[in-house]
Amino acid sequence: MSVSQKTFLLYAFILLGGILAPFVFPNYIAQFATLWLMILFALTWDMMGGQMGYNSLGNIIFFGVGMYASAVVQIARLYEVAEYTSHSGAPKVDFGWTEYLSGMGFGIIAGALAAIFIAVILGRIVFGLRGPYFAIGTLGAAIAAGELVGAWDYIGGGGGITSLPFPGTGDERSLFFYFALFALALLTFAFLKWLYSRRYVLAVNAIRDDEDKAEAMGIHTLRYKTVTWAMSASFLGMAGAVYGNMAGFIEPLEVAFPTITFGIFMVLMALLGGKGTLWGPVLGAVVFHIIKEFTWTHFLGWQWVALGMLIIINVAYFQQGILGWAQEKWPDFFGLTVDESDTREAVEEASK
Amino acid sequence: MSSIIEIKDVSKAFGGVIANQSISVNVAEGGITGLIGPNGSGKTTLFNSVVGHHPIDEGSIKFEGAEISKLKVPQIARLGLLRTFQQTRIYSKMNCVQNMQISIPHRNSGLLDMFRGHSPETSDRALELLEFVGLYSKRNLIAGDLSFGQQKLLEFAMALMNEPKVLLLDEPTAGINPTLINGLIDRLKLANEQFGVTLFVIEHNMRVIMNLADHIYCLAHGELLAEGKPDDIQNDQRVVDAYLGAH
Amino acid sequence: MDNISLLVLAPVLNVQLLVDGLLIGAIFALVAYGLALVWGVTNVKNLAQGDFVMMGGYIAYSMTLVGIHPLWALPVAVVVMFCFGWALYKIVIYRVVDKDLFTSLLATFGIAIVVQQVLNLIFGPEVMIAESGFEVGEYLDGGLTVSNVKIIAFVMALILALIVVLFMKQSRMGQAIRATSQNARAARIMGIDTDRVYAFTFALNAAICGAAGVLISMIWVIQPYFGTSYSIRAFVIVTAAGLGNLPGVIMAGLGLGALEQFGAFILGAEFQQAIVVGLLLVILVIRQIQQSRHRQVVK
Repeated sequence: MSVSQKTFLLYAFILLGGILAPFVFPNYIAQFATLWLMILFALTWDMMGGQMGYNSLGNIIFFGVGMYASAVVQIARLYEVAEYTSHSGAPKVDFGWTEYLSGMGFGIIAGALAAIFIAVILGRIVFGLRGPYFAIGTLGAAIAAGELVGAWDYIGGGGGITSLPFPGTGDERSLFFYFALFALALLTFAFLKWLYSRRYVLAVNAIRDDEDKAEAMGIHTLRYKTVTWAMSASFLGMAGAVYGNMAGFIEPLEVAFPTITFGIFMVLMALLGGKGTLWGPVLGAVVFHIIKEFTWTHFLGWQWVALGMLIIINVAYFQQGILGWAQEKWPDFFGLTVDESDTREAVEEASK
Repeated sequence: MSSIIEIKDVSKAFGGVIANQSISVNVAEGGITGLIGPNGSGKTTLFNSVVGHHPIDEGSIKFEGAEISKLKVPQIARLGLLRTFQQTRIYSKMNCVQNMQISIPHRNSGLLDMFRGHSPETSDRALELLEFVGLYSKRNLIAGDLSFGQQKLLEFAMALMNEPKVLLLDEPTAGINPTLINGLIDRLKLANEQFGVTLFVIEHNMRVIMNLADHIYCLAHGELLAEGKPDDIQNDQRVVDAYLGAH
Repeated sequence: MDNISLLVLAPVLNVQLLVDGLLIGAIFALVAYGLALVWGVTNVKNLAQGDFVMMGGYIAYSMTLVGIHPLWALPVAVVVMFCFGWALYKIVIYRVVDKDLFTSLLATFGIAIVVQQVLNLIFGPEVMIAESGFEVGEYLDGGLTVSNVKIIAFVMALILALIVVLFMKQSRMGQAIRATSQNARAARIMGIDTDRVYAFTFALNAAICGAAGVLISMIWVIQPYFGTSYSIRAFVIVTAAGLGNLPGVIMAGLGLGALEQFGAFILGAEFQQAIVVGLLLVILVIRQIQQSRHRQVVK
C-alpha cells in the first residue's frame, strides 16, 4: 500500500468514526463533542505557540468574545438585548428551526468577526512583548476580559445570559451540537493542513526560531503575527459561538473565559502531543481528553491535582511531546537525513 | 564609483559610553569595503546603526541617496540592505532548504503572498546557492544541528538568496576552520563579481581583509582613525599603534 | 463615583487608605523581592509565588488551631518552606532551569495549580484568618484606626528584608548567589556549584514567601485560590521596578499597596483582582512604549 493510500484510509477512518461515534456510543455524545472542541483548541493554540513561538496563555479570550458576540447578535434579532438579559429567565417566545439556524449562522459569523477584531487590537498592544512577558500579558488580558464582561450589565454581567431555546428535542439537540463541533474541528484541521503547506508556515517558523533574524531578513513580522492571531481567533470565535448555544447558559468566568480550565488545557494538549506540528495537537487533545475524563470520573476531588501534576510532568520530563519523541526516535521516517552525494549533478544522475 | 551608503557624522552613545563619535564612511557601489578596528572600537555599533537596529543620536545615513536612519530593521532590509550577525543566526529548527526558501526577498510581497505555495524557481535557486556554499549534501538537515562554520555558510547563502544590493558582513571568517577561509574569500569575491552585491565587511583577520577589500576604514575608540587603500592602511602608523595599544 | 467625593469631603479617609496601603504594600514588596531574586539568579519566572505565600499563611493558621500564637509561625514557616522549596527544586525546577522561558513558566504554573488544589482539599475554600489577638490603635482623634498587628507585620517585613539583604551582602552563599546571577558560566568556571546556588535561591524565595504568608494571614485573609493575585502583584512590582533594583521594588510595592486600597475604595472591593490585572497590563504597555523608543522589545 502506498503512502497516499494509507493517508486516504486514515482520513476516511477518522471521518467515518466521527460520523458514526454518536450513534454507536449514544451515552458519550457530550464527551465526543467536547473532544472535537478540544482538538480545535489545541490546533488553534499551536498556530501561535507551536508554529510561531508566541506562547499565549490568553487565547481563551477569543472563545469568550465569540460566544458573547454570537449571543448578542442572536438575541438582538428577536428581543431588546438589555431587556432580555435583565430577565434572566428570558421572555419566552416560540420560534422554529429557521429562526434558530439563521440566528446561529449570523451568530457564528459575528463571533468570528468579533474575535478577529479583538485579536487585531490586542495584537497591537501585546506584540511588543516577548517570551514570558507575552505569556503573562496575555494571561492578564484573559483574566481582565472575564472581569470586564462580568461588570457589563448590558450583556448580563456576572449573572450571565440564557441562550435562546433549542427548537428540537433533547436527543436532536445533542446530535446537532455534536456535528456542529465536529464540522468546525474538521474545518480547522483542513484549513491548517492547507495553510501549513504555504509560504506562510516558513515565515512564522522563522519568527519562532529567531524573530530578530527574521526582521533583519525583511520579513513582515508584525503582519504575520497579526494575521496568525486573527486566524487563530476566528476559529476560536466560531467555536465559542457554537459552544455558547450548546451550553445553554453563558456566564463570564466559568463558561466564556475559563482561563484556568480550557485556557490552560489548550496549551497542555499542544505540548503533550508535540507543538509545532499538525498532528501533534490532535494527538495531544485525544490523549489529554481520555486522561481527563478518566481522572474526572475516578479521582473526583483530586482531578485538579492530577491536572497540575500532568502539566509538571509534561513540561519537566516530556518536553518534546509525543510526536517530538517519535521524531527523535525515528529520524529517517521524518526525512532528517544526510545526502551523501555531494553535488546536484550527482543527485540528478542518480535519479535518472 | 558612486557611494551606495553614505554615513555622515553619525554619533551613538549608550548611557554615558560613546560608541560612535561623528563617524563618516562611504561605501562604494559594487565594491568591497572593509571596516577594521580593535575590540570595542564601535564597528558592530556602526553596523547596527546602518541596519536600523537602534536609533542614532546624531548624523545621517543615506542608502541610494535616501535617508534611512529613521527606518526600522525590516524596512531597511526590504530596501536591499542586509546584514549577517557576528553570532551567526539561522532558523535553528528548520532544515537548510526551508531556511533558504524563506529568505527570498520580501520587497514586494503583499498581504496575500503569504498564502502562496513554494515556487519551483525558489527551490531551484535555494539548491543552487546551497551548492555554491558547499552545503548541498546537508540540505535536509535541521540547521541547528550544523557545525558553527556550516551555519555561517548557510547564513551567507541565505543572505544571497535575499538578493541584496548591499551585504553587511560582521566577521565572516570568525570561528571558521583556517583551511576553509580561502574558499570563503573566493566565494565572497564571486558573490561580489557575479551577483553584483556590494560588500561592507567587518573583519579581524588582517590577511583576509587586505586580500578582500578595495577600500578600508579603521575605527578606534569610537572614532574614525584612518581610511584608504589596503596598502596605505597596512603602513599607517596610527593603525598599527591602535592595534598594539600604543598611545 | 460617589466614593471620590467622600474622599474629598473626609481627608482623613485618604490618610487611612494610604496607611493601610503602605502597611500591606511592604509585604507585597517582600514577595516581589523574592520573585526578583529567583528571576535574576535562575531565570525562572515563578508563577507559584503567591501560592507559596498562601502555604505560609496556612502554616500560621494551623498553628493557631492548636493554640500557638501566629507570630511563632514565622520561624516555622521559614524552615518548612525552605525545605519545601529545596525539594521542589530537586524534583521539578532543575529540569526546566536551563530550558526556554515558557517551559519554566508553565512548570511553575502547574505547581501553582497543585498547591492551590491541595490547600483546598485540606482546608476547604473558606476565607480564613490567623487570629493574633492584638488591639486596634486609634490615631488622629479616632479618624485613623490601625490595628497593632499591621504595624507589627510591617516591622517584621522590614526586619526580614534587612536580614535577606545582609545575607546577600555578607555571607559566602549570598556572594555566590550574586556572582551566579551576573554570569552563571563564569561562576561555574570559578568553582561555584551553581546547581546548589539555584536550589538555595529557590528555597530562600520559598522561605521569604512563607514568612510573608504568615504576616498576611494575621492582617488580612487567606484562601486557597488567593495566591494567584499575589503572584500577579509580584509580577507587577518586578516588571515596574526591573530586576536587581531593590529600592525600586520597595517603592513599587508600597505604591501598589496604596493604589490598590484607593482603587478598591473607589470602584468597590470586588474589583481588587481586576485592578491588579489592569495595572499589570498598563505597566506592560508603558514598558513597551519605553522600549520601542530604542527600537527594542520587552524581553
